Amino acid sequence: MKFSIQINEGPYQHQASDTAYQFAKAAIAAGHEIFRVFFYHDGVNNASRFTVPPQDDRNVVNQWAELGIKNAEGEPELVVCVAAALRRGMLDESEASKNGVEGNNIHPAFRISGLGQLIEAGIQSDRLVVFGD
Amino acid sequence: MLHTVNKSSFERNSLQSCLNAIDDTSVILLIEDGVISAANNANSSMLSDLAAQGRVYALQGDVDARGISSKIADNIKLVDYAGFVDLVVEHGTAVSWV
Amino acid sequence: MATKKFMYLNRKASYGTVYAIESLEVVLIAAAFEQDVSLAFIDDGVYQIVEGQNTDGIGMKNFSKTFHALGDYDINKLYVSAESLEERGLTADDLMPLVYEDEDDDWEEKPSVKVVSNAELSKIMSDQDVCLSF
Repeated sequence: MKFSIQINEGPYQHQASDTAYQFAKAAIAAGHEIFRVFFYHDGVNNASRFTVPPQDDRNVVNQWAELGIKNAEGEPELVVCVAAALRRGMLDESEASKNGVEGNNIHPAFRISGLGQLIEAGIQSDRLVVFGD
Repeated sequence: MLHTVNKSSFERNSLQSCLNAIDDTSVILLIEDGVISAANNANSSMLSDLAAQGRVYALQGDVDARGISSKIADNIKLVDYAGFVDLVVEHGTAVSWV
Repeated sequence: MATKKFMYLNRKASYGTVYAIESLEVVLIAAAFEQDVSLAFIDDGVYQIVEGQNTDGIGMKNFSKTFHALGDYDINKLYVSAESLEERGLTADDLMPLVYEDEDDDWEEKPSVKVVSNAELSKIMSDQDVCLSF
């Protein structure tokens, strides 16, 4: 079956991203497909490549990256909402240069895109599961 | 449908709101702090009827993490993450009471 | 593109947290996808469409007016929990008079907001393909 996931909260503060990750891992192990994970609200913070947890803790960002959720074209399907990301200081290279900001912090396993990607995920997937506060 | 509840009934009204809206065939999966409602406590009666019908599940990992595995109320079924995935497959649209 | 039934589940008041406005942003984008869209306002979510919001004193944007635009995007199924209203001492008269023009009925202006019981809401919910919670 084809699943998509919406994550509404950032890492560490809430369990949402951890639960979603365990769910995604189990779904893949059972032979299902994760079509897309959409990060919204504070969930966009799950995409920061500057996340440095203590060594004895899990790295929520890298965990997602290691799942390697991609489409047939090889693009990441860990999708960060652009509007939610920009207002929270999460920018990739292109958004940074567009907005005259130096530096960027989106992990390369993620990509920034619009809210339409969430709706599309709902249309294309057999199931969409939301994880939040 | 599968309804997931991730908050303790002592902290938020998510479980009550879910119970208000649930139809006769849907099931509830308690996850994260939602599993607190799976333990025997002052709020247990909220779920006892549905549990008796075999319609209440709780996520094992979250139950264990909170140290309440010996206190789970009668008829509540424990599932792991693979079981969570199966419930989503089996019950159609998932509603999260976040 | 296939048409699915999408429900947007709103259970939080505006301003205290970001969920209400960012949910509305999704709904506005969703309009372009020509899906069947319903909005449910339950619990404190009912405050999102209360009439007379004034944010002058808190330095935040008053986005409640945006709800008036939904009708123009053919989003006209806004279900409000009767029980949630009652618990909060509110009635249908306290809500914004949101309307749409019914193209199947000579563009007659009709109310978009329907106050429904939990039982009715449960039925509507059971009919959905996708439920997005905020």
